[in-house]
Amino acid sequence: MREQIEGSRAIARTVARCRPNVVAAYPISPQTHIVEELSDLVRSGELDRCEYLTVESEFAAMSACIGAAAVGARAYTASASQGLLYMAEAVYNAAGLGLPIVMTVANRAIGAPINIWNDHSDSMALRDAGWIQLHAASAQEAVDLHLQAFVLAERLSLPVMVCMDGFVLTHAVEEVEVPLQEDADRFVPPFVPRQALDPDAPVTIGAMVGPEAFTEVRYLVQRHLSGALHVLPEVAYDFHRRFGRRAGGLVSAYRAQNADTVLVTIGSAAGAAHEVVDQLRGRGIAAGSLAVTCFRPWPADAVRTALAGARQVIVVERAFSPGSGSILGRDVRDALPDRTEVIEVVAGLGGRPVRRAGLLRLVEDVQAYRIRPGRLHFLDLDRGLLARATAGEEGP
Amino acid sequence: MSESRLYQIGTFGVGNRLLTPEDQTVQAGSDRPRSITRGHRACRGCGEALGARFVLDSAVRAAGRDLVTVNATGCLEVFSSPYPESAWQVPWLHSLFGNAPAVASGMAAGLKALGRETRVVGQAGDGGTVDIGFACLSGMFERDDDVLFVCYDNQGYMNTGVQRSGATPPAARTATTSELGDPPGARFGQGKFVPLIAMAHDIPYVATASVADLHDLERKVGRAMQLHGARYLHVLVPCPLGWAADSADTVRLARLATESGMFPLFEAERGEITAVTPIRRQVPVDDYLRLQGRYAHLFGEHPRPDLVRRIQAAADRNITRFGLRGAAS
Amino acid sequence: MNHPFAITLDVGTSRANHTGAWRTERPVYVSLRPPCAEGCPAGEDVREWLRDAEDGETGYERAWRRIMETNPFPAVMGRICYHPCESACNRGSLDEAVGINAVERFLGDEALRHRWSVTAVRPPSGRRALVVGAGPAGLSAAYHLARLGHDVTVADAAPEPGGMMRYGIPAYRLPRDVLDAEIERIVGLGVTLRLDSPVADLEAELHDGRFDAAFLAVGAQLGRRTYLPAGSAARVLDAVELLHDVSEGDRPLLGRRVAVYGGGNTAMDAARTVRRLGAEDAVVVYRRTRDRMPAHPSEVAEAEAEGVRFTWLSTVTDVDDDGLTIERMELDENGFPQPTGTFEHLAADSLVLALGQDTDLRFLDGMAGLESVDGVLSVDDTLMTGRPGLFAGGDMVPDVRSATYAVGHGRRAAASIDTWLRGELPGSDSPGEPATYDRLHTWYYTDAPRSHRPVLEAARRASTFDEVVRGLDAETALDEARRCLSCGTCFACDNCFGMCPDDAVIKTDDPAAPYVIDLDYCKGCGICAAECPAGAITMVREED
Repeated sequence: MREQIEGSRAIARTVARCRPNVVAAYPISPQTHIVEELSDLVRSGELDRCEYLTVESEFAAMSACIGAAAVGARAYTASASQGLLYMAEAVYNAAGLGLPIVMTVANRAIGAPINIWNDHSDSMALRDAGWIQLHAASAQEAVDLHLQAFVLAERLSLPVMVCMDGFVLTHAVEEVEVPLQEDADRFVPPFVPRQALDPDAPVTIGAMVGPEAFTEVRYLVQRHLSGALHVLPEVAYDFHRRFGRRAGGLVSAYRAQNADTVLVTIGSAAGAAHEVVDQLRGRGIAAGSLAVTCFRPWPADAVRTALAGARQVIVVERAFSPGSGSILGRDVRDALPDRTEVIEVVAGLGGRPVRRAGLLRLVEDVQAYRIRPGRLHFLDLDRGLLARATAGEEGP
Repeated sequence: MSESRLYQIGTFGVGNRLLTPEDQTVQAGSDRPRSITRGHRACRGCGEALGARFVLDSAVRAAGRDLVTVNATGCLEVFSSPYPESAWQVPWLHSLFGNAPAVASGMAAGLKALGRETRVVGQAGDGGTVDIGFACLSGMFERDDDVLFVCYDNQGYMNTGVQRSGATPPAARTATTSELGDPPGARFGQGKFVPLIAMAHDIPYVATASVADLHDLERKVGRAMQLHGARYLHVLVPCPLGWAADSADTVRLARLATESGMFPLFEAERGEITAVTPIRRQVPVDDYLRLQGRYAHLFGEHPRPDLVRRIQAAADRNITRFGLRGAAS
Repeated sequence: MNHPFAITLDVGTSRANHTGAWRTERPVYVSLRPPCAEGCPAGEDVREWLRDAEDGETGYERAWRRIMETNPFPAVMGRICYHPCESACNRGSLDEAVGINAVERFLGDEALRHRWSVTAVRPPSGRRALVVGAGPAGLSAAYHLARLGHDVTVADAAPEPGGMMRYGIPAYRLPRDVLDAEIERIVGLGVTLRLDSPVADLEAELHDGRFDAAFLAVGAQLGRRTYLPAGSAARVLDAVELLHDVSEGDRPLLGRRVAVYGGGNTAMDAARTVRRLGAEDAVVVYRRTRDRMPAHPSEVAEAEAEGVRFTWLSTVTDVDDDGLTIERMELDENGFPQPTGTFEHLAADSLVLALGQDTDLRFLDGMAGLESVDGVLSVDDTLMTGRPGLFAGGDMVPDVRSATYAVGHGRRAAASIDTWLRGELPGSDSPGEPATYDRLHTWYYTDAPRSHRPVLEAARRASTFDEVVRGLDAETALDEARRCLSCGTCFACDNCFGMCPDDAVIKTDDPAAPYVIDLDYCKGCGICAAECPAGAITMVREED
């Protein structure tokens, strides 16, 4: 049923229809509306057979999810920003233990300076944690990815992080179709854990592993997580078959075939990119765009295939690696042949909107060789502000 | 003929061939669960290995085997679960150093949601309990989650090479509170006694126990397992390595700690002390301190009777505060 | 593979890791010599029979049979033994010694009540042994020799067997039915008892009876006299004779006021007996002080409770019609009494002398190889006299004179005779280390004050020969047995089993060895040894 609904509430209701047994919640903007709505759903009884834990920190939230998943319960939490970093140790641990936890990340900048608005510094900081990391381009896709996340997590015994841009997607009211319970039940099968703490069949989970086997353990992590790249499209296909919507998978291309110039985005910037592509195509420019849905595991083959015909690839992302360069951009560049020009662009940090105009100007600048590959480009930099901020400073 | 209630040893030892099965400790039985079994890699004379088997075996018995455990990082975790060998025979999870209480909360929540009666026991050393795990512990307490959390207190970070923790007593030498300087060892006026903090949460049950009084310990585990909600058991487990003591003295030291008044044995329900284990044969703290190399600087070439007196004063305060002068008076 | 590799492990797999390789010392179960058994002149394995008794009803017969391995008189000993075992008992250093004697009596009485009996342990040997004297030593020897399969004849001059147990110890301490029953059990083993048969010529007796060996145990029946000025009209008699006569049913006329001269147990028996015979005033005259009296403190206390008076530091110098003249003494720096020259008069109708006893060795006159010193017969460590095959024990050899020592002599002599008859050399005992108090871990033992036996009211004691000290009831006897610390031996308390951090102690079903150290896993920490209540585990260095 389609309805006008705030993104957070749509997510909360979708998660509820996936019947988690444990929801561990610690509030942080812009995640709060999700866990508030889940609290209401548990208290009202709409979500039954579920324990709602108001934990004392994000570290405890993820830890409680670890405990719940370890006894065979479906566990969910949501966080963002500082909270995600505060739970970082447990985030790695959940993946190492192979526990199928689903977490929503309402992407938000990391302080200092403290900033409650959107960028991807938080989830990017945990890209090596061993989770499957999915990024939603819209509130609807966020809903759809959550349904798929529970299926993926439990099929693969891996935790899944569904990233959605804070405020942009969490707080906007849009028309969204939230799955009906019976549809959700048909799509998300009951949780059958690969392993669980069971007094009738006890096991020891979380052994200490030394140099003699640690490398092999990590090799298997790489193999297993890479193998997930085959499962993601299957689940997305199954989802499409049942719900009639395309969502999930690895990447989502838009007019990218035979495109000369392709904008690569991650998260909600995809919408603006579509509009820019349409505008450029209207001018006869062979432009396209590609949204990265699955960031981890990294779908290098899918990216290469999607961008096979492109001469120029402009990667726009909401995070970077200070002192080094782009994050997503590097991954994209690695996936492509050397001849493809890859321009790495940072945009939309700390809540600055990524607008059509900026993207359009970006493409024009690239095509006019005003922006060249090989150097990290900050979109829409306020040069005046920068000049005032650095007045009197000696340049490097 | 009415059966005699006197046994050669009935109250203070492990067992006795003369006791009826129901009066025997769990540890006295050949069929004890051996929650942590042989082949583990704990040091010679490890009090924690002993304490863990004592606690878990009686918890397993009380739960009718329907029990799962989580273990914080630390000696117990490391010596019991190095790949490819596990010494555990109960369902056991190790996650992190500081999150065992929260993991336990999640287990309890998950089991409840699944409609299972399985009981949850969390375990950690003093570092994992009173320091790095403390926020999670307090959260688990205040939510009254259905978890028995057990702290095996050996008064320092032994696994990392004997550094000071919030449970290290004054004057004790550790790698971060050496006998250099004045006063030597851990500072007076620092440290915390978490059982009292646990009581401040008004949780259903808080108790202290030691590996020297098995009947008392097992009874407390039994009581804890009768209750639901957040329960806390703080067990003193001497560490031959960290305390620089003879491996044979582990149980003796635990006994001297209680008999000197340095470690009070009591239980509390909903924030009120309900019982104390009175001192049976009171000894001066000297008897306890002298067996431990970590206090050697109090008695060596430059003895510090002034500090021993301060330690004695702390023990005396415990005796008064908890009313430990029962049989000894 | 269902489990994630390496991170998830199967339970209990640590057993593949044999931590025993870490060990530098290993615990070894030992059995140390307990002080009770060390202190028992009869050689009873007190600790072991107490352990049997600790089981309660199911263990009493076992306990009794274990006593009977060494001492055929549990019911008698439980009444008359001065229990040096209790003086030696480690529990005395903790609170009070275990009431071993009371438990022994309880077991002895249980045996009589249930008519438990014993049989020989070896088939008939065809060898013949003569025992001269049917007192505690002689009957003990006869019992053991008979159980070892030998043909035993006991000859005694008296009309009834028992020696001093019958003719010296008053019935209020040892009822005769108890004595009779325990002797009857010995005779029941096939021992030939020849009463009213004094042996005048031992040589002839041995030859005519074709005896292969003999044990002499005629006791010390002659009361020692002291020089007292003659001409006294007051009655002077001998304690040994008095007790003998009373035991035969006589009631000698002694008058209202009776003095007893001496400070030993016989003096106490005599004083308490004359009270029962009607003397209003029984006074013991002793030349030293109470703490230097050889009599057992319990005897002194009971005598006092029955109204016997004591005159310390006094010697009798004269006897006249009205009584005695006594000289006051004082102790010199060595504790010896010295005359002071101060005299007093003590009114008395008669004087009983209890100054010790001598042995009548005349029946040995003319036998070659025998030697006597200070009126007693010399023997070697095996109790053999200077003549091969001829052994002696009891009061007639140099040792402490008591029924318990006598019983012990009988047992030792029987063993020596058996060895000698089989042509073997006496073996040498290699006793282990003693279980001293400091080897115990007394923390573990339950606080348990001793239970005391009830006694007959003092008012009734002065007029009756009824038994004064009563037995323990079953529950109290059981409690008393369970006060035993089992010094130096495992009593299956499970401390080692329970307190091993490495779960390296295995519990067996064998009561003789309840635990085994699993050396595959024992790291040698020593906690088991440190926490063993009984000191029954010792740490031994591993060979490098």
